Amino acid sequence: MGLEEKLPSGVLLTSVEKVVNWSRKSSLWPATFGLACCAIEMMSTGAGRYDLARFGMEVFRASPRQADLMIVAGRVSQKMAPVVRQIYDQMPEPKWVIAMGVCASSGGMFNNYAIVQGVDHIIPVDIYLPGCPPRPEMLLDAILKLHDKIMEEPLGANAKRRLEPGYAPRPLVASSIRYTKEGKKAARAGSEA
Amino acid sequence: MSLTPAGEHDPTGSVSTGGTHLTGSSVTAPEVAKGAGRDMFGAAFGGDTSGYGGLVARPVAPVSSPRPYGGWFDEVVDALEEAYPGFAGAVQRVVVDRGELTIHVAPAKVDEVCRALRDDPNLRFELCSSVSGVDYPAQVERLHAVYHLTSMTYRRRIRLETAVTVEDPHVASVTATYPTADFHEREAWDMFGIVFDGHPALTRILMPDDWQGHPQRKDYPLGGIPVEYKGATIPPPDERRSYA
Amino acid sequence: MTAGDTELLTDPYAAGSRETTEGTVYTVTGGDWDSIADAASDDQRMVVNMGPQHPSTHGVLRLVLELEGETITTARTVIGYLHTGIEKNLEYRTWTQGVTFVTRMDYLSPIFNETAYCLAVEKLLGIEVPERATVIRVLCMELNRISSHLVWLATGGLELGALTAMTASFRERETVLDVLETITGLRMNHAFVRPGGVAQDLPPGAVEKIRELLQVLPAAFDSYDALLTGNPIWQKRTQDVSYLDLQGCIALGITGPVLRSAGLAWDLRKTEPYCGYETYDFDVPVQQSCDVWGRYLVRMQELRESLKIIEQALDKLQPGPVMIQDKKIGWPAQLALGSDGLGNSLDHVRKIMGTSMEALIHHFKLVTEGFRVPAGQVYVPIESPRGELGVHAVSDGGTRPYRVHVRDPSFTNLQATAAMCEGALLSDAIAAVASIDPVMGGVDR
Repeated sequence: MGLEEKLPSGVLLTSVEKVVNWSRKSSLWPATFGLACCAIEMMSTGAGRYDLARFGMEVFRASPRQADLMIVAGRVSQKMAPVVRQIYDQMPEPKWVIAMGVCASSGGMFNNYAIVQGVDHIIPVDIYLPGCPPRPEMLLDAILKLHDKIMEEPLGANAKRRLEPGYAPRPLVASSIRYTKEGKKAARAGSEA
Repeated sequence: MSLTPAGEHDPTGSVSTGGTHLTGSSVTAPEVAKGAGRDMFGAAFGGDTSGYGGLVARPVAPVSSPRPYGGWFDEVVDALEEAYPGFAGAVQRVVVDRGELTIHVAPAKVDEVCRALRDDPNLRFELCSSVSGVDYPAQVERLHAVYHLTSMTYRRRIRLETAVTVEDPHVASVTATYPTADFHEREAWDMFGIVFDGHPALTRILMPDDWQGHPQRKDYPLGGIPVEYKGATIPPPDERRSYA
Repeated sequence: MTAGDTELLTDPYAAGSRETTEGTVYTVTGGDWDSIADAASDDQRMVVNMGPQHPSTHGVLRLVLELEGETITTARTVIGYLHTGIEKNLEYRTWTQGVTFVTRMDYLSPIFNETAYCLAVEKLLGIEVPERATVIRVLCMELNRISSHLVWLATGGLELGALTAMTASFRERETVLDVLETITGLRMNHAFVRPGGVAQDLPPGAVEKIRELLQVLPAAFDSYDALLTGNPIWQKRTQDVSYLDLQGCIALGITGPVLRSAGLAWDLRKTEPYCGYETYDFDVPVQQSCDVWGRYLVRMQELRESLKIIEQALDKLQPGPVMIQDKKIGWPAQLALGSDGLGNSLDHVRKIMGTSMEALIHHFKLVTEGFRVPAGQVYVPIESPRGELGVHAVSDGGTRPYRVHVRDPSFTNLQATAAMCEGALLSDAIAAVASIDPVMGGVDR
């Protein structure tokens, strides 16, 4: 976003940051990247019982050019690895990656010649979700934690904050907890401490 | 591979006697490769503490079963002999084990045998269920191609097996008789390196097109990486010591 | 493999390479794409890649299509994007651990993979599993068949544009997965069927849950019929699309609903019964139309036949052991739900640690080393939702499989894509692939 860099830092940026992050996380469109068994659980998460539509995510964009989130669901084989990279490169910024399942996180049970031992060998991953396959509730938890991560992401000039010594990102809290009364109280207490 | 000294099960039920139906020099037990049957406990590296490191296993390979084979097996073998004139030259062994019939065939003749099995009205093995490879490094002819044929008419199943060496891994392709073998033979080429002569497009199917090596051979490493877990590093499965 | 193998086959698509200090670096340019595109010399012809990442190709299947306008002149399938090396992994695990690998091959029908593998191991061992274990296996297989066909209906409907088919089928599938979760502990990739029987007995309440399911599902299946079968759009999209007659099916080795839609009632549960299927009363649905419509009708009817089998299986259940009594083979641990989850029951631990030395030895040897399987080879085929699923297991007398090859139905059935798609329109190719119902985990293994 070209505008991002031009905004002056300060109170204005902090408010804009909140709005921008909120709008990004509320409408995070996943790219269809189901590979193996985890893809079926991802489809179940999008289906009626564990509904992804309530998070604005039911549109699984077929074209990576229109997607923000790549959920790598399943084992990445050696033949598929360049394709993963190409799809990732085709996604426009800002983009996030969830490595769903142990095979995407670390190669899983397949410690052999055919499987890339973790998709983070190829693309940068934001959230690692273990499980074989992870239950739909676990995928929802990962998505909500990603929402939290997005909400905390500093924008433009504020991103220099990350380079300061002593910067430690705070632990992620699923947004279903973060924005309840107790969650907000805890967050306020944490930020004052 | 059975351990002859320790006397665990003697696995194969089939023993060759003088009274086999197949005569002539085509009836042979498979040749044993040099150095086979050693290092059974993965003791080539990592220190063998079992004490059994010096043990040499004599690989047991199937030798022809004696006649009568039982059930409908005799009928099928006789019908094949009638339908395929080159039977004596092509068929090396007939093994009956666990209720299944396996016919060991010379590699160059597989497609002719399959044609006879498919077309003869007494045999009618219309469906080729599977073509796969097996690697027996203990034998000189270590790459085996295994064909499973199904007769829908008679509700029977039969297995054909051929063996070739790594240096000359040519087997006749059965795609002219069974077009379904197309993908299966490509997989056997990809995973084992068995070259099927007469296949329309023998290329890699499961591995990337420029992969070197044939992964499912026994001398190809499993290729894992060591895994670190809570402070310990565990080697991949093929590099761990095993005592079994 | 040394450089000698390049003499055996000159590979025109081999990537260029150069040696560097880091080893060989390959320049993969997809160079063969240009040669394919150039070969389509006609100006009207276009080569289109329906890549491995595509919402409608049932997983990581790549279709290379030469199109003249909207008509497909050549269709090629490229597979291997999900190759996991499972068969090689099995050679480094014990026979029982093999179940957890095999179950992830065809991930929509894990129980079938496990059952085929365990039947092969049991044939090699020459053992009989207890009656109750067989009935539970049949029960789980038919439940899995229903859940697999529901995914077929969901994805097939989705790809042809009927999105409600997806939401409705997944809703019913969740109920079936609930039952499977109650019985096996997991929604998918269960590792429940083990050599010698099944991992544990049906928990209390499972039978009631299944009976409840049998009340709910028939109405649901009728609702899918009401939604799709009479729908003129659905009929137009599926009738006379992707025709493959009986001769073509057998030549290409196609089995399963595709073969049954071509008129041949070939179902291994009837023709070569296993697991006691000869004692169940059910029909094999057959259609004569050889097209996507016929396959749709066959699978819809199979859903109902599976319900019949499940009901009969529930009536057949008799109390008894679910794992073979032979202590040298049967999985030793009795599992129970403790305070921290499912694990060895405390009774079992008390027994092996306190009272019986033999039980401790069996537990130790079976869990660490596994049982030995006499040398030999077998091939056991079963009828999975997609066709003939066969396991060719070779043993060398040890505790680990020497070679296990799984003849996956989708691997063979995908060969029909070219026969079905060439000459058809592009959208018919999608219907064709949907009607074959391939699962790429099984195709690539």
